[in-house]
This record gives sequence, C-alpha cells and structure tokens, in this order.
Amino acid sequence: MKLITHNMLTSKCIKGVLTGYPLAINATDVKVTEVDYNPDFLSRVIPKLDWEVLWTAANSIGHGEGLPKAVEPKFEENEEFLKKAHKVLLEVEVEEGYLTCPESGRQFPISKGIPNMLLTEAEVQ
Amino acid sequence: MLWRRYLLWFAHEHVDFRNAEMQSILSVLDIPIKYIEKPCVRKPYWIVELPTEESARKIASRSVLLKNCIELWARAKTESQLHTNLKSALNNSSSKWIVNENNLNEVSDTHVCPSSLIYPCCSVDKSFKIEVETFCKHFSMKEKVDKIERFSYLPMEGAVKLKKPDVTLSYLEFYGDDPNNVPEEPYDLFFGRWIADGQRDVIQFHSLKKRQFIGNTSMDAQLALVMANQARVAPGDLVLDPFVGSGSLLVAAAHFGGYVWGSDIDFMMIHARTRPTRVGQKARTKEESIRGNMKQYGTSSRYLDVLVSDFSLPMWREDLKFDSIITDPPYGVREPAEKIGIDRPNYILTEEHLVHHVPSKVEYALPHIYGDLLAFAARHLRVGGRLVTWYPLVREEYREEHLPQHPCLELVANSEQVLSKLTARRLLTYEKLHDDVPNMPVDPHGGTHNFREKYFAMGEISRREKKMRRAEEIAATAAYKAKMAAGDVT
Repeated sequence: MKLITHNMLTSKCIKGVLTGYPLAINATDVKVTEVDYNPDFLSRVIPKLDWEVLWTAANSIGHGEGLPKAVEPKFEENEEFLKKAHKVLLEVEVEEGYLTCPESGRQFPISKGIPNMLLTEAEVQ
Repeated sequence: MLWRRYLLWFAHEHVDFRNAEMQSILSVLDIPIKYIEKPCVRKPYWIVELPTEESARKIASRSVLLKNCIELWARAKTESQLHTNLKSALNNSSSKWIVNENNLNEVSDTHVCPSSLIYPCCSVDKSFKIEVETFCKHFSMKEKVDKIERFSYLPMEGAVKLKKPDVTLSYLEFYGDDPNNVPEEPYDLFFGRWIADGQRDVIQFHSLKKRQFIGNTSMDAQLALVMANQARVAPGDLVLDPFVGSGSLLVAAAHFGGYVWGSDIDFMMIHARTRPTRVGQKARTKEESIRGNMKQYGTSSRYLDVLVSDFSLPMWREDLKFDSIITDPPYGVREPAEKIGIDRPNYILTEEHLVHHVPSKVEYALPHIYGDLLAFAARHLRVGGRLVTWYPLVREEYREEHLPQHPCLELVANSEQVLSKLTARRLLTYEKLHDDVPNMPVDPHGGTHNFREKYFAMGEISRREKKMRRAEEIAATAAYKAKMAAGDVT
C-alpha cells in the first residue's frame, strides 16, 4: 500500500463510524521501489491530498525525514519539493502490517502490500 | 485555414463502437472534424477533413479501431474516373480542392485535389513505394503490380524503396462488405499518401494469450483499450476500476497514461491465488499479479494500488474525485455477483472464529450494483469525468429508457456487443454533468433488466426444449425401428 492510497482511504464502512479518517498505520515491513518521476502528475495530485495526514503517515513508518510539514507555495515549480512528495506518495510502500480505524479501533490487515478492507458478515448486519 | 482531406480506414469489427471511440478521441484531443461524406456502418472508411496533419497523427496514435489514415489525393467510383481525377490534380495549382458546387448528391467522386499535395512527394531525393489494399476481394501479387503500373503517369522521380521509404502511397479498392456477393468492379476507389497507422499493434502487444496473469473473465485487449478511449483517459489521470478482477482494464488505462487503482471483493483474485485459468497450468506462479502485468507492459510506474473491498460499502474519502471510472461488474453468470452479508438475523462472530475468517456473502443483485455504481460515479467523478461500464441484457428486452440513470450523469455513448443469439452486453459511457449530487433513494426495483435471473431462466427453457426434442427423436427412431421389424417399410 502506497501512502497516496492511504491518504484517500477511510473506514466509514463500519456502522457508527462517522469519518473513519485518517487510518493509523502499523507497519512491520516497509519497502521502497523505484517509480518514474512525473512532475505533471504530482502537481495534479498534491491539491487532492490531506498533506498533514501524509506527513504524519510518512513519519509513522519512518520515511518522513526532510518532508515539509505543509505544501509549499508554488510547489509546481519546486522540484526539490516534488521529488520528496514523489518518494513518499509513490515509492514507499507498506508490505505487511495493519490499518486501524481512529474511531472504533477496528484493524484492517495489509498483506503482500494489499489492504483488506472487508468487514465480516456480523459487522454489516 | 486550409483543412486537409483524409481517409480514415477502420478495422471491420466492433462496428457499433467505431463512432463512439472516434468521438471520444476527438473530444479528448480537442480536434474538430468535418465530414465530406456521412459515415455509414457498412463501409469501413470515413472521408473527413481535419485542420492539420498533426491532428490526423494524434487521432491515429489513440484509436484502436482505426487501421490507418491516408491523406486523400483522389477518390472515385470507377477506376478510370480515379485516374482522371488524379491526372487533373497534377494541373490543379489553385492549392484548393476543386469541388463541383452543382453536384448536389454530395458524393466526392469527382473532386480534384490541389497539386501542392502531390509534387512535394515527387522530388528525386524522396524514396517511395505504392501499396495496394483491396477490401473483400483477393488479388495475386502480379495483379497488384499491374494495378500499381497504371499510376506510371505520376511524376515520381525518387527511387522505389520497399522498406521504410520517405513516402508511402496507398491505393485502396472497396468491393463492399458482403463476401458472398463480391462485384466484378469495386464500388469505391481511393488514392493518397499514407500518414499513420492506428493502434492495432497494441492489441497484439496486450494480447491475453501472452499476458502473465489472467482470470476467467479477463477483458479482451481490444475492448479494454476501447474502454480506456471511451473514458478519455489522459496522461496523469486518476482512474479506478471498482470490480477490478485480474486488472485488464487497469492495463489499458495505464497504457494511455492513467494512474490506476482497483478494488475487488475477491481476496483470492486480487492476491492472484485463484485456480489457474490456462489449460494445463497446475499452480499460479509468483509473477502472476495485476502489478506483474503492468510490469510486463512497462507501465508499473502508474500502478497505484489494488485493495480487497466490498463495493456496496463506502471506502474512499468523501471528497476524492477520479478522472474516470472504468469497470465490468460481475453479471452473476461466469463470476458471482456478491457482497458481504448473511441472511441470519443477529449473527455474532466469536473471537476465535475471527482469525482467518472468510466472511459469508449474499447476492448483490445487478440492479443494486448499477444503482450503487452510478451513485458512486456521481459523487466521485470530477465534472466532465466519465464512467465506462458494461451492461448485460437479454437482447429482445432492450429498451434504452430502462438503462441505469442518474441526474448527474449523461449517457454519451452506448454500443452493443452481441454475445449470443439471445444475449448481448452494452458498453455504456456516462459523463458527469455537475457536482450537485442529490441523495438518491436506493431503488430496489431500479433497472428492469435482471440479467442473471433471465439468463438462467432462458437457459432453463432451452434445456427443456432440447430434452423434448431429444425425446421426440428417440420416439421417432423407436417407431421407425418397430416398423422396420414389422417389415412394412417401403
């Protein structure tokens, strides 16, 4: 699971949970894979992000170093900033671990890089 | 501005998708078009005008159904007229097409192109070749060479070069679309300069035969690419397939530059641990995954993630907007249409059962799937973004007004793929009109086509018919044998 995905994910599927955002990350295995750098894509995607959530998530899995706490003005022209965003959004991946709902504490396992957001039949009744 | 005239030659398959694909491409590339002749489904070609050669090349770089694009120099209904037009063109120094304004029947068969198109290709430093293509009739190499020799009046001064010449000239003859009724002489003839090929090669490149990871219902490469065009996927777009399966649609979307997410309720499929689909294969290999497929095609940098999730429940942040949603929901025939649930009331799972628990599923009826899908698209598409989805149905019951609807979404294309005598599926393309999303009540009767029920009901009838026919045959044979035995057969 990449952090761009984590930034968009909620646990509001659970009954009684209002926003279910942001999910806490517990990672036992994190890997970094190389991904082609695409500044146009980053410039389009950064305004859609909750940057604070990204910053917290990156730090919680030990990859927040040097990441600015807020989106810099004129970030589209700031290559250094875009490269940092590129790395945490697309290159850092949680392979094993789990996500935790901030309201209910329900955990969602991540295995082989794929989060399992399914509830049980008892929970959806 | 002098527009240029082009012949767009299409593959003669998926004809019902041709116009839809082309309109999507024209709108995503923002290219205007003028029709010299009204397109006709029985002809695999369009005669059009485009503002520049660059725009023709761009169209060819996207279209999967387009075979090639020719800059038109001459077009006629008979061979002699074609040569007359082309010879006249050599003397047309007006830099405009000569069009007979009095010709009211709108056929462009006597139009004469400007010589300024032809002469730049004729200089001594330009190598060239002439290709002959005939539709619905086969000719030997010798016959084709004879046809080429009839163009010897063209003032080509360059050398003939068969491999990668500077100029490729194309001569095309159209003998109609009925292979059982091929005329002696062609109906339509064309001559011009080849500009570009469409994306037919990508179909081979993406072929399921050579793809690492496929499932039982993986989408055919050609149709997946058409879907990505219908969705107007552009570089840097965010694309979602909420019924991702083996990820065929993600592969196609990423080919056109989309960054892709997928989700599916099937844990085993997403983890590529279902039984192998290929005949003779015992187990899935380690490389088999959606991500592995994207690596195979060199698009893994645009793989975002796939997730195991139940589409009937919300998962994405409320304000997340996708540029397009491309999907093929399970019809409940070859893949089950399911969501998490249980029919028992007050069901409780104990702690010990939770470890490695596989949740039970209930039917996720098609009208519900499409209701949820359109509501989801209305909320999560950007304005102008598109939802492209298949919709299965029983052919004779098809009514356009019964297709899934939503006040925020406009149906902009609707193409049929026939599956059997009785069934078909339609590729529906919706465009999001505005962000003013009403809270739509879930309509349990929404959509009167319940494909699954009808499909199996139909199967039941045809099975019963077959049994009855068989019983009649047996009875007839028995009666015949009885007669034989009695010796009264004459």
